[in-house]
Amino acid sequence: MSSRDTILASLRASRPQVDRPLPTVSLFDGLRPPSLVAAFKENLERMGGLLLEPPIGGDALAPLREKIAGAKVVCSTVPEIAGNRAIARIAAPRELADVDFAIVRAAFGVAETGSLLLIDGELRVNALAYLAQHLIVLLDPADIVVNLHHAYRRPELRVGHYAAFHTGPSATADIEGVLIHGAQGVRSLSVVLIAKRSRPRD
Amino acid sequence: MSSESERARNAAAMLHPELLADHDDAATTRGGRRLDHAEGSSKPLRPPPEKQPRGAKIHGSRPVDQAEAAERFLAAPQHEKMHDERLWDLRQKRDREMHGMPEWEELRSLASAIKEHTLTRLDEYLEQFEANAQKNGVHVHWARDAAEHNAIVHAILKDHGAKSLIKSKSMLTEECGFRHYMASVGIEVIETDLGERIQQLDNEDPSHVVVPAVHKLRTDVAEVFAKTIGTDPDNSDVHYLAEAQRRSNRPLILAADAGMTGCNFAVAETGSVVVCTNEGNADLSANVPKLHIASIGIEKIIPRLEHLAVFVRLLSRSALGSPITQYTSHFRGPRKGGEMHIVLVDNGRSERLGMAEFWTSLKCIRCGACMNTCPVYRRSGGLSYGATYSGPIGLIIDPTFNARKYSNLPFASTLNGSCSNVCPVKINIHEQIYAWRRELVKLHEVPFAKKAAMKAAGELLSRPAAYRAAITATNAALAHLPRFVIYSRLDAWGKHREVPHPPKQTFHSWYQANRGGKR
Repeated sequence: MSSRDTILASLRASRPQVDRPLPTVSLFDGLRPPSLVAAFKENLERMGGLLLEPPIGGDALAPLREKIAGAKVVCSTVPEIAGNRAIARIAAPRELADVDFAIVRAAFGVAETGSLLLIDGELRVNALAYLAQHLIVLLDPADIVVNLHHAYRRPELRVGHYAAFHTGPSATADIEGVLIHGAQGVRSLSVVLIAKRSRPRD
Repeated sequence: MSSESERARNAAAMLHPELLADHDDAATTRGGRRLDHAEGSSKPLRPPPEKQPRGAKIHGSRPVDQAEAAERFLAAPQHEKMHDERLWDLRQKRDREMHGMPEWEELRSLASAIKEHTLTRLDEYLEQFEANAQKNGVHVHWARDAAEHNAIVHAILKDHGAKSLIKSKSMLTEECGFRHYMASVGIEVIETDLGERIQQLDNEDPSHVVVPAVHKLRTDVAEVFAKTIGTDPDNSDVHYLAEAQRRSNRPLILAADAGMTGCNFAVAETGSVVVCTNEGNADLSANVPKLHIASIGIEKIIPRLEHLAVFVRLLSRSALGSPITQYTSHFRGPRKGGEMHIVLVDNGRSERLGMAEFWTSLKCIRCGACMNTCPVYRRSGGLSYGATYSGPIGLIIDPTFNARKYSNLPFASTLNGSCSNVCPVKINIHEQIYAWRRELVKLHEVPFAKKAAMKAAGELLSRPAAYRAAITATNAALAHLPRFVIYSRLDAWGKHREVPHPPKQTFHSWYQANRGGKR
């Protein structure tokens, strides 16, 4: 008998003789924060992320441009900003090892946790979001869901091969509980709220 | 803000004021607020150097002497206090999260019900998971035990001519003795979680399921890194040590032939492997090399994505008191030009499922909340258990691997029930600890002193009149016996504690004198 069949047979023989129906999970969205954007910002910052806010009435991308001004290698997968490392020409992830700033678009955000969902379709090369020193993420403020229950009903987690919630930068406190940003992956994560270009403006 | 007032304010909340530093240079603050997400300690702590106590001594299958190792840990007060303080800090941050969520108890009930449902149909859900993963282009393997797991992974690596493997933390691979095996077949394994890397470089097992090096002080880490990755032995600045490790790991990550991750949750309906980390090291391990292998314990299955929300909301809040881990990653299939393998591992789980009193221990999501709250764990260190799983959850899992070797562990508990109260999937941990004590007596795996005492107690407790006579006699004796008799080697309880003063009168005799006969 194969190991697969041995294990399955053993599980059938060991089945606990109790009836445990599968419960229904509600959306737990009775207490919605008055502003999803404000809740997202607060939780993002609590987790070590930064929101790049433009001056009132100014260009939403101005603080981003300022941030990357002195950078040597910028790899962007969004049409809003041009980098100097073309993602389309990357043959192996390790070619991204020297990237200072990666700029990508999130599929959506989660207000409850301040999380951003990054998906393989937008990243193009998944490792970009981890090998870069700093990560800047564009998020459409209309694409923020209230909590993880809503997030897990979104279609993005059922289609691509890779999707990851990013909540702040890479962090650790494995030595004496001292918080360090940039443990292995990005040292900082910044978010720019800006509508998707394809989306018709209100 | 004056450091004096900060110190006074913090001191009120401190368990061990002697560890308190004037101010914390290492803290990350933003907008005047101290950031304490991930597994950060939320108070400045500063101990002087002290040699690290090592874990339990292992002699084959002979019973691990947890008490002996715990005694050595207690004899290193700086380590013991830092450990106790940090874990209690995590427990308090967990409580803060819990109080901020009105649906907390409902989520715990849901999590428990989803896991119990899945476990009663584990064979069906595993088949569904396998079929969906295969549909997504993943190669699925099955391993009955640790040896088969290691052999399967070795064969995959051999097929690809892989000589080096980067991996994220996985308790399952610890269970399988994976690193030792790989070393024996000449494959270099590089742990990419900082805490796990420290433990690997120090040739020591992880002491905690979430914070593997929590028992070490910064000076211990400085010593390990000075010997292994060439840092300055006199510099124990945490930022310096973490940065040095990042720089020494990065080239190894870029050059690795293959990557490996564990799995927190495996979703049957989508074939997704879900991994939660704070460092993003699982994503580096899986996304940089062409080959990704995920090792999965068969109890990790959950039916649907909507169930995942319940567990993700509970996991990091229970573990570290942060609303979510920095990264929650979903691997459904290989990336373009890559290859993904899954190894589903039994290693005693199907047998555990058949144990009427213990099968619900398979609900465990490895958050470590039971360890953080356990007074025995906090003060004896995870390595004192001499087993892959330490703390309360270890007490009920380890004996299923080897009842003789881990026969002492179920006694390393006060049965206070705190572990069961914090468990996000509602495992009745303390009741199972008690049930294991009974089981081990039946299996004759309990040492003479404990067994004789329990047998005598059992006889006494079954006869109320004899019990009352014995209590009166004992109280009289305790009041007059010399210390060397009360604190003898047979009485482990009295080793680090004072036996309470015996009351002048028992409750029963007081009741008889004052209320007896009246109704």
